[in-house]
Amino acid sequence: MSTLSLPQTSYIHDRSRTFAEWLKSWLLTVDHKRIAILYLLSINFFFLLGGLAATLVRVELITPQGDLMSSDVYNRAFTLHGIIMVFFFLIPAIPAVLGNFLVPLMIGARDLAFPRLNLLSWYLYMIGGVFALIASVFGGVDTGWTFYTPFSSTYSNSNVVMTITGAFIMGFSSILTGLNFIVTIHKMRAPGLTWFRLPLFIWANYATSIIQILATPVLGIALLLVVVERLWGVGIYDPALGGDPLLFQHLFWFYSHPAVYIMILPAMGVISELISTFSRKRIFGYEFIAFSSLAIAILGFLVWGHHMFVSSQSVYAGLIFSFITMLVAIPSAIKVFNWTATLYKGSISYRTPMLYALGFIGLFVIGGLTGIFLGVTAIDLHVTDTYFVVAHFHYVMVGGTIMAYLGGIHFWWPKMTGRMYNEIWGSIAALIIFVGFNMTFFPQFILGYLGMPRRYHVYPPEFQVLHVMSTAGASILAIGFIVPLIYLGISLWKGAIAGNNPWGATGLEWKTSSPPPTFNFDKTPIVTEEAYAYPPEAAERDAAAWRPGSPL
Amino acid sequence: MATITHEEAHTHTHGPELQHQFETPEQQKEAATLGMWAFLVTEIMLFGGIFMAYIAYRWAFPEAWEEAAAMLNTPLATVNTVVLLVSSLTVALAVNAAEEGKKRRLITMLVLTIVLGLTFLVIKGYEYSEKFAHCAGAKDPISWITGSDLHESHECLVPGRGFHFPDEHGSASGGHGAAKTVTMQSGHQLFFLLYFSATGLHAIHMIIGLGVMTTILVMALRDRFSPTYFTPVEIGGLYWHLIDIIWVFLFPLFYLV
Repeated sequence: MSTLSLPQTSYIHDRSRTFAEWLKSWLLTVDHKRIAILYLLSINFFFLLGGLAATLVRVELITPQGDLMSSDVYNRAFTLHGIIMVFFFLIPAIPAVLGNFLVPLMIGARDLAFPRLNLLSWYLYMIGGVFALIASVFGGVDTGWTFYTPFSSTYSNSNVVMTITGAFIMGFSSILTGLNFIVTIHKMRAPGLTWFRLPLFIWANYATSIIQILATPVLGIALLLVVVERLWGVGIYDPALGGDPLLFQHLFWFYSHPAVYIMILPAMGVISELISTFSRKRIFGYEFIAFSSLAIAILGFLVWGHHMFVSSQSVYAGLIFSFITMLVAIPSAIKVFNWTATLYKGSISYRTPMLYALGFIGLFVIGGLTGIFLGVTAIDLHVTDTYFVVAHFHYVMVGGTIMAYLGGIHFWWPKMTGRMYNEIWGSIAALIIFVGFNMTFFPQFILGYLGMPRRYHVYPPEFQVLHVMSTAGASILAIGFIVPLIYLGISLWKGAIAGNNPWGATGLEWKTSSPPPTFNFDKTPIVTEEAYAYPPEAAERDAAAWRPGSPL
Repeated sequence: MATITHEEAHTHTHGPELQHQFETPEQQKEAATLGMWAFLVTEIMLFGGIFMAYIAYRWAFPEAWEEAAAMLNTPLATVNTVVLLVSSLTVALAVNAAEEGKKRRLITMLVLTIVLGLTFLVIKGYEYSEKFAHCAGAKDPISWITGSDLHESHECLVPGRGFHFPDEHGSASGGHGAAKTVTMQSGHQLFFLLYFSATGLHAIHMIIGLGVMTTILVMALRDRFSPTYFTPVEIGGLYWHLIDIIWVFLFPLFYLV
């Protein structure tokens, strides 16, 4: 809090005189920070759209009859929700917004290795999004976000081709971001910043990028073949023409299971940063957390078959996939235990980002453990395609990714904008989201266990209580998402000046001004210490200095 | 985490091609090369999906594969393989010429590469049009265009509604879909579908590669390269070699099985 005003020059300021010039300076920017802001705005826009579709779904499910919409419209609503949320929110959310903003800052570089490629990937994202939106405006898609064949390739008469094109294009945006990060992390680190001095957020993004460049093209080709089949009536997935619909599932999940780790790994990176900063302690087991990210990335490629236990795949293949699925629990648990060990004897301050981080651990543990239930073939046979699965993946993907995304946004908000958000409203929103989330999705575990299948808009009356509870929770959750939009927006004008390092955190991004200048650092920093170099007595000193209302 | 100290100022001068985010030309070159390698990995995974489908269906329909592969024009494809391999050589020579700063040889080699690439596409296009001409009932593409000399025994190897694989007894029954019960589910069509998808995707890469080579040629003509800066030639060459290598796998898988 040494400075009382924003820095004179930063990446946000520009000298454009007319509106057109200003617009051009943003839309043709190659500055990674500006591109991150473009992503922030567009990704949040898609998040709201996906949320609207979810609202339709939840409102329909208040009553056991289908009274708001027909089954066909319902199919389109949940498909829209799935496609927007998975492809246009969860996958790009943390890498494209926080990663874009922070990777060069954290490693002491002036920009990513390929700034123009970075801008291109934003445009590809937007073009993909426009395709998906056009498809939904002109009738939508009813296949579910998984595009399972032969329904998607032969029978569905909705806008499959258009939507798939959108997902395909967006995939290339994801590949280019991953490629850019890999090269940047390899080649652009500041002098002295060795691999084991890197912040764990960088390690997590590195592992994510590997998945992005290896897995995404496989989805691309799988979807491309669906389009080929639809357009020319050929039978790559059509059993009537000798094809095999299961091939699609194999190719699809070869991407889409690792895609889950594209969502969760950067989230885990964010959590590592938050836990360490707000406990005033070095992270416990740095190397283990770093390598567990890589282990998750590698194992993630070997477990796709656990989505196909009931799809006539060989029992022995199922057993092996089940076993490897269990193995994923090991690196995941390593992370959770290391975070809790970091908290131990730390000086924990319950600021908003920390609330999200702690919420993340709770939700991720529930989501992860139910993942093990589902990985056991004996249980999976009974709960396949029920709300149990829906609840599980929402706990991991929403409870994991969104909590970390919001936590990260709050944590780095002072760095991105130079201003502080309202701490009281921040904490309230974090609590609302945590309560709303559990109220929405915990009943779904019970629903699924009792046998409620997913993707149905009518259900037996005895399930109504749980469904109403879930919808009520979703309403609370929606409020929790809207509140931050308001106070973060207000903070842009009214927020207190943050200064370079409001949290007293380590890390290169806190050494430069907030918001950072266009080229990040006046002089290239030289790193002489490990990441999270809080002195051993930092936590004790911090705790002793605590007074009610003190900043940390 | 770090102490910020004065970094040595840029003592050496560098060309205008050094972008602002890099410290040294070496760093820029390494970054570009690594980026291209990472991209090549992505490309291989893209084709990997098709190879996976190939393995699955070849496993399911070994006989159909054998019969279908015999219908492809192997001599033309062999010529094409040679053309591509030579083009890889010319690209390698172009990189070498750029490294040594020999502009004339660089331009010659790039032009040669482009010509060879175009030759490949023309031959490939002829192969495709042969298949389409058969569907239209013509013996070869030329008679298809001139509209003369219609084919006697019907054969159509383009996947789709009109697909018709001639069986050993000759297709006496003739007509669309007459042999449907025999061939529609027997995997012949899948072979040709994969053939068209894989070689088609490869041809698209070839067209992109030609675009890349043309860009590099224009840059070379405008004197943009020097022995210290020829990264575009090098990574463009890498991309070209990838196209080549993919063909080296496609050729035996489809033509020589």
